[in-house]
Amino acid sequence: MHGFANPARFLRIARWLMPLCMGGGAVLALAALGWGLFFGPAERLQGETVRIVYLHVPAAWLGMAGWMGIAAASFTELVWRHPLAGIAARACAVPGAVFTAVCLITGSLWGRPAWGTWWVWDGRLTSMLVLLFLYFGWMALSQASEAADGGQSKAPAIFGLVGAVNIPIIHYSVIWWQSQHQAPSISLGKSAMAGAFLYPLLAATLGFSLLFAGVVLARMRAILAHQQAEARLRRKALSEGF
Amino acid sequence: MTVGTAIKAKHQRLVLLVIALVVLVAAALLAAWALRNQASYFYVPSDIVANPPEETRGVRLGGMVERGSLRTEADGVTITFVVGDGKARVPVTFKGIVPSLFVEGSGVVAEGHMGVDGTFVADNLLAKHDENYVPRQMQDMSKDQAQQVMRETK
Repeated sequence: MHGFANPARFLRIARWLMPLCMGGGAVLALAALGWGLFFGPAERLQGETVRIVYLHVPAAWLGMAGWMGIAAASFTELVWRHPLAGIAARACAVPGAVFTAVCLITGSLWGRPAWGTWWVWDGRLTSMLVLLFLYFGWMALSQASEAADGGQSKAPAIFGLVGAVNIPIIHYSVIWWQSQHQAPSISLGKSAMAGAFLYPLLAATLGFSLLFAGVVLARMRAILAHQQAEARLRRKALSEGF
Repeated sequence: MTVGTAIKAKHQRLVLLVIALVVLVAAALLAAWALRNQASYFYVPSDIVANPPEETRGVRLGGMVERGSLRTEADGVTITFVVGDGKARVPVTFKGIVPSLFVEGSGVVAEGHMGVDGTFVADNLLAKHDENYVPRQMQDMSKDQAQQVMRETK
């Protein structure tokens, strides 16, 4: 892992991996959405509204995966002081928050016709909303620490790890507690979802995950470039005697 | 010397952080366990039968709408049905428009209060979708075909 401690080496790999993830993800996600939206069947009870699942489930997964990325990067930063870890965590925050918001919005749009309400305060919906607020808090904290001491502070990493307890709560909220939201349809090796829904859903999840990885790599490159530019300006200012 | 201390410091951080995380997860699990009743969105019929809530208290009742129990009263807008959870059953009455996913044999969450006669008076009904996703076309299939599809999805 410390092979990637050298940003130059990371950048060499990210340069070709990023467009690969973005392009492959965009093609796969669009194909899966087209498959599900135009060629897939309607559901027995939900009817046509079932099609929102092809956006809702990948968004829910990536909203949670984004925070798992922040937590893993925070752990790496605190234990191994890896120079890219803090950058990776910052790169995960915005796409994670966007997917969490997409999950909440698509879920609300589905809830109105399916349940008869836009929103309920059950365990699943509430814990997912908490995740969105955790993202907002984390981004504010990370920006504040960046402005104060150039990102030397450990506070965002600690927040990233502590906030990760919400992830299993989101997952088990529908199992531990009675909730309006249904129990998971897909668990390891089993699916209560017919193949006609499952396969486009898996394809969409993989496609959006690749897109997410591409966005994270792109943001890491942008943050590194920004840091290099700042360092160069500082050196230039020093050498000119300011 | 410096290499040795660097590795040692790294291990120390790793152990400290793992301990901190274990404590954190334990605290979260304890909190979730303490909330196991309070964080539920509704009571199931066996809770209601075991501990009937006062008539003035607003509660939610969730369970399955029993097949064959749904009736429309003579006024045309009041419906009655039975909500069960396999252990207990509670009769429910509701006046109003039901969500489109509200059908017999499916889940429902009723908001309201207990009436004097042991009937739950609902002010609002929410349909609950379960985790099963079945294509509409499968309804028209023969039983064997449908079971074939169901087997493939397990």
